Amino acid sequence: MRTENVYRATLGIVLSVTFAFAAAAKDITLLNVSYDPTRELYQEFNASFGQYWKDKTGDTVTINQSHGGSGKQARAVIDGLSADVVTLALAYDVDQIALRGGGILPSNWQTLLPNNSTPYTSTIVFLVRKGNPKGVKDWDDLVKPGVSVITPNPKTSGGARWNYLAAWAYALKHNNNDEAKAKEFVNALFKNVPVLDSGARGSTTTFVERKIGDVLLTWENEAFLAINELGKGAVEIVTPPFSILAEPPVAVVDRVAKKQGNAEVAKAYLEYLYTSEGQEIAAKNFYRPRLEAVAAKYAAQFPRIDLITIDDPIFGGWKKAQDVHFADKGVFDQIYQPGK
Amino acid sequence: MTVKEAAPRPQRPTITEPVWVRWLLTAIALAFLGVFLLLPLAVVFIEALSKGLGAYGKAVTEPDALAAVRLTVTAASISVFLNLVFGVAAAWAIAKYEFRGKSFLITLIDLPFAVSPVISGLIYVLLFGLQGLFGPWLNDHDIKIIFAVPGIVLATVFVTFPFVARELIPLMHEQGTEEEEAAVSLGASGFQTFFRVTLPNIKWGLLYGVILCNARAMGEFGAVSVVSGHIRGITNTMPLHVEVLYNEYNPAAAFAVASLLALLALVTLIAKTAVEWRTQRDRKELVEIQESLTP
Amino acid sequence: MTVLLKRRSVIPGFGITLGYSLLYLSLIVLIPLTTLFLKTASLTLAAFWEEVTSPRVLASFKLSFGASLIAAAINGVMGLLVAWVLVRYRFWGKRIVDALVDLPFALPTSVAGIALTTLYAKNGWMGQLLDPLGIQAAFTPLGVTIALTFIGLPFVVRTVQPVLQDLGVEVEEAAASLGANRLQTFRKVIFPSLLPSVLTGIALAFARAVGEYGSVVFISGNMPMRTEIAPLLIMTKLEQYDYAGATAVAVVMLLLSFVLLFAINALQWWNRRKYGAR
Repeated sequence: MRTENVYRATLGIVLSVTFAFAAAAKDITLLNVSYDPTRELYQEFNASFGQYWKDKTGDTVTINQSHGGSGKQARAVIDGLSADVVTLALAYDVDQIALRGGGILPSNWQTLLPNNSTPYTSTIVFLVRKGNPKGVKDWDDLVKPGVSVITPNPKTSGGARWNYLAAWAYALKHNNNDEAKAKEFVNALFKNVPVLDSGARGSTTTFVERKIGDVLLTWENEAFLAINELGKGAVEIVTPPFSILAEPPVAVVDRVAKKQGNAEVAKAYLEYLYTSEGQEIAAKNFYRPRLEAVAAKYAAQFPRIDLITIDDPIFGGWKKAQDVHFADKGVFDQIYQPGK
Repeated sequence: MTVKEAAPRPQRPTITEPVWVRWLLTAIALAFLGVFLLLPLAVVFIEALSKGLGAYGKAVTEPDALAAVRLTVTAASISVFLNLVFGVAAAWAIAKYEFRGKSFLITLIDLPFAVSPVISGLIYVLLFGLQGLFGPWLNDHDIKIIFAVPGIVLATVFVTFPFVARELIPLMHEQGTEEEEAAVSLGASGFQTFFRVTLPNIKWGLLYGVILCNARAMGEFGAVSVVSGHIRGITNTMPLHVEVLYNEYNPAAAFAVASLLALLALVTLIAKTAVEWRTQRDRKELVEIQESLTP
Repeated sequence: MTVLLKRRSVIPGFGITLGYSLLYLSLIVLIPLTTLFLKTASLTLAAFWEEVTSPRVLASFKLSFGASLIAAAINGVMGLLVAWVLVRYRFWGKRIVDALVDLPFALPTSVAGIALTTLYAKNGWMGQLLDPLGIQAAFTPLGVTIALTFIGLPFVVRTVQPVLQDLGVEVEEAAASLGANRLQTFRKVIFPSLLPSVLTGIALAFARAVGEYGSVVFISGNMPMRTEIAPLLIMTKLEQYDYAGATAVAVVMLLLSFVLLFAINALQWWNRRKYGAR
């Protein structure tokens, strides 16, 4: 295994700066481009994988991390950020890399790893103020007048799309699949949104630190994290009886990894997520594990609720959901008309 | 009571306002500056120290923060150097010669001032990104510009482009060409003329431009954010690292790194004031010399 | 005079310095900016028009220009006042205040952004004062205006200050001796000579504010149609893989930058003419 990390910059006559450091043969550098709420997860996982790989092959792996909004990160990879692996918030963003990246990632990426290439899952829950003063229990409490809801913007945030789709699914289910009623419901919900941050992290900060809003719609793992890091005793989690199964996918950016000689380690890195060690770390960081044994161990942490998936006929997979709801002039644009 | 006519010496008209107006205006101005300048500055330092000195020290010395400092210093010094060379060359051409289209050229040099930082980053992505004009070629030749140090330098160079030139053009123009002409007629070469005659005349202006250029280079956020890729410890500059920490539920650490940048800003202001002071003194001396020479 | 200047200069280096300047300018600024137009050319004129007149884009332009204009106007009034106080009055700590005026130039925008957000959030120092009055600053257009006022603060002060300094007291004395009171003197004599520099400062502050990104994204809340500024919309469109849309918005902003720059140059020219060659 050999990696060369060569930064070379030549810009015509004007700029000729050369940074070159060729690493030793057994030092591997991997870049994992991820979305916001996985920082803590991968901090722990990278250390564990580094040990595992060292024991197995003797090579030292350094894993660099880049975090940001899922869409922004996918765009960076498309524009040439040389990620060996991507671990994003939703399959749509990885699809976009496959579609627009000029073949850096195969379009059948989702079939290359088990469970649709999602080693861990999560769901959308409510974070409320201590004692739940507004008595928020279920999705229909969110549209009541006087309840202020914080969610990021579904147009820019992967997490927010899960929020929106969960609300949509709930509304359809409770209105005999009447789409007009569902539109009315999400419309009413977004009327209660005073701040629409561009990313999930921004929304959490708005809710927890700026103390704006009564309910934060957020990933389950993000809600746990927010409580642990910021708001012990100030906020609490309400898990609604019905929500969506959020599946954040992972994929090897094939061509980039191959070019950097990292194909093997990149694949092993993602596969390690599926091992009991990897699953344990995911569960510890509040992601729902896929592995039964680990799931059983952490069962108390994750309430069993009714979860709909993105492949349910009412959504028909990410591509369709994206086109119907989040594309320009889609359902979200129709219902979200602030100032009116 | 006898009223005596005022002495024939001319009475000075009141050229200032009543005391209460002066007080009021000063108070309003200071209150405005206090709210808009002092408060934000104070918030940075107070929040930075909110978790105690120990946490502060840890936040500014952890590896990612240090890497961000290194990258910021590297990018800023390259950018300042490049724009310094350009600024001197441009000011020389513009101030010492007459040519057509000069004012248009000056406007073009000013252009990066008015361009949104986001656009400044975007254009380099369109040019060097993998889907951009030169992206595929660069990729084939293993040259990284975007999402690596060169891209950060480029974006920084763009946003700080006019700083040195803007300071030097009026200064060199004001100083005219006689001294240089004299030097050349005495047989000095172009470089000798520049280093012996021009440079001593413009050194304070040059320094002033460099100080401003450096401050902006180290603090640029929008443009660099577009081209950085946000790889921890590798392509995060200090302003980006501030954002990262802020997003990591770590406001104290974010403000700790921010306080370094705020300190840099204060140092910049002090240096700038010192340079202005020197310039004024030099100018005053010059005027005095000239006055003493005129009979 | 002009004939004299246009004679061939004996100073060497014209070719190389001008050549280098033009080359560097082209490589760093002009060619990269051209790609923006190239990319937009992939849109037909109709598509371009539809893109830049869509409600969300229009709303962001309205906010960017509206808030920038208000901020620039605030800075016009307050900047003139600050410059006046700094030039005409004596008070303790004046030098420090004078130096501090340039803080927004020197302070990185992201630092300004998080500091202002912390200040004006509901639980911040300023937010706590404003909240009982029913005023929400952070995450509203007001917050955007505050951030833009901050970053544009030095411009008017710094353009007015030198003019005010050089403004002889003789005219004021003359006006006063002719019986004008202080306010009349200011309105009729002082203000007209300051006007070009005030306008230049306002235009500069406006140009800076329209493009500002770093300090605004933290405090604005980024709500589409309400607090989404145009530069942020460019970023948002990019994140939605809408390159053509992003560049279309960018082109409009770039054209505006050109117009503003020429306006500023014209103002400065007026300033010089009005105020005599310096």
